[in-house]
Amino acid sequence: MNDLRAIPGGAPDEGVPPGPDLAALLQRSARGDESAFATVYDAVAAKAYGLALRVVRDPAQAEEVVQESFLEVWRLAARFDPERGSAAAWILTIVHRRAVDRVRAAESATRRDTAYHDRNQPVSHDETAEAATASLEAHRVRAALATLTPVQREAVELSYLRGYTHTEIARMLDLPIGTAKTRIRDGLIRLRDTMGVGR
Amino acid sequence: MSTDPTRTDIHALSGAYAVDALDDAERAAFERHLAGCPSCQAEVDDLREAATTVAEVTAVEPPSDLRARVLADIHTVRPLPPVVGRDGEDRSRRRRRWAAPLAVAAVLAVLAGAGGVVWHPRTSSPPDTVVAQVQRAPDVQRFSAQGRGGATVTVYRSASLHKAVLITRGLAAAPAGKVYQLWLQDGTGTMHPAGFLPAGTSSATLSGASATAAGAGVTLEPAGGSTAPTSEPVALVSFTA
Repeated sequence: MNDLRAIPGGAPDEGVPPGPDLAALLQRSARGDESAFATVYDAVAAKAYGLALRVVRDPAQAEEVVQESFLEVWRLAARFDPERGSAAAWILTIVHRRAVDRVRAAESATRRDTAYHDRNQPVSHDETAEAATASLEAHRVRAALATLTPVQREAVELSYLRGYTHTEIARMLDLPIGTAKTRIRDGLIRLRDTMGVGR
Repeated sequence: MSTDPTRTDIHALSGAYAVDALDDAERAAFERHLAGCPSCQAEVDDLREAATTVAEVTAVEPPSDLRARVLADIHTVRPLPPVVGRDGEDRSRRRRRWAAPLAVAAVLAVLAGAGGVVWHPRTSSPPDTVVAQVQRAPDVQRFSAQGRGGATVTVYRSASLHKAVLITRGLAAAPAGKVYQLWLQDGTGTMHPAGFLPAGTSSATLSGASATAAGAGVTLEPAGGSTAPTSEPVALVSFTA
């Protein structure tokens, strides 16, 4: 076990209030502490809801995704492993998976091709640039996203924010199979390195 | 779809896996690989950490009543104990995904062909405590599916309680002269009547052999119900976890 983890980007900026220690709050949640869990919810809910909303589009369904995801977070809190990443990433991974499962289930085999046509329009703008979130962290993320090549950013957005598979993305963009997955991976690696997250 | 990626190829799926951009076959193949590849495990963790930072720029405040619903949910559910041992089990749990939902075509064929099943009328809505009991059961299983018109149908099943309950959200009221009838699908694909969703309610107990059922369905039937489904399902929930 590593007891020490590097703080990404060095020491926290002066004047920025530190967020709650979500990992510790998750540990308390695992022991049944509902008020600790409420603090976790407050810290992550906007990111979770915004992400679910991007993927499933429908606000009512996004709410359901968030509600189901947080119930799962509560049940599985004891299994969160801080060695493997941040609490927020763990929670958002659960949210994303549920959101993607939901759009794919909804687009059943028969509907999928039609939905495809409806949504298969050229990607003309950066989805990640249109949100006006003002937090400092959001500013850092936008700056990091700007370091991706346009095709990497497009691949990351179509997969992460729209829930398409790499094969679907390749079809949508007329790319050889295999190209989209490489762009997604290269884009994420660049994002990781620029943001200084991970090990 | 590349159902059988070669070994040299498979590491390259880490990014698509980290953002849930693999189809089911690829995902299963990659997860088999992941179990024995520490470098891919580390990379997936890192790339997930990177991907989730994107949620920072797409954040949207959820409706305020969502918080109350989430906190009401957790009040009725006990957190699971930690897993002892290396995090392989943890990994599989938190990344568990449904197996493919029931194939629509197959189910429609079953619905069309089902017949001669015994009819057990059951009209009472369960008291809330039954729903809560099942949801609270230590061995509760939860299955959910999207229905027509944006409805969501969720089934909670507990083997120890021998009970399953079905909860709907966003289901329109049944038209005049029609009722929502519930069905349990057995392992051979036959649909068995499992009660009704009483008008004005959103939950009901599934009567019948829920423990061995492969799935549940909801159909609109003429008032009084049918012995076998006579219309396309409003929703189907697979019990495959």
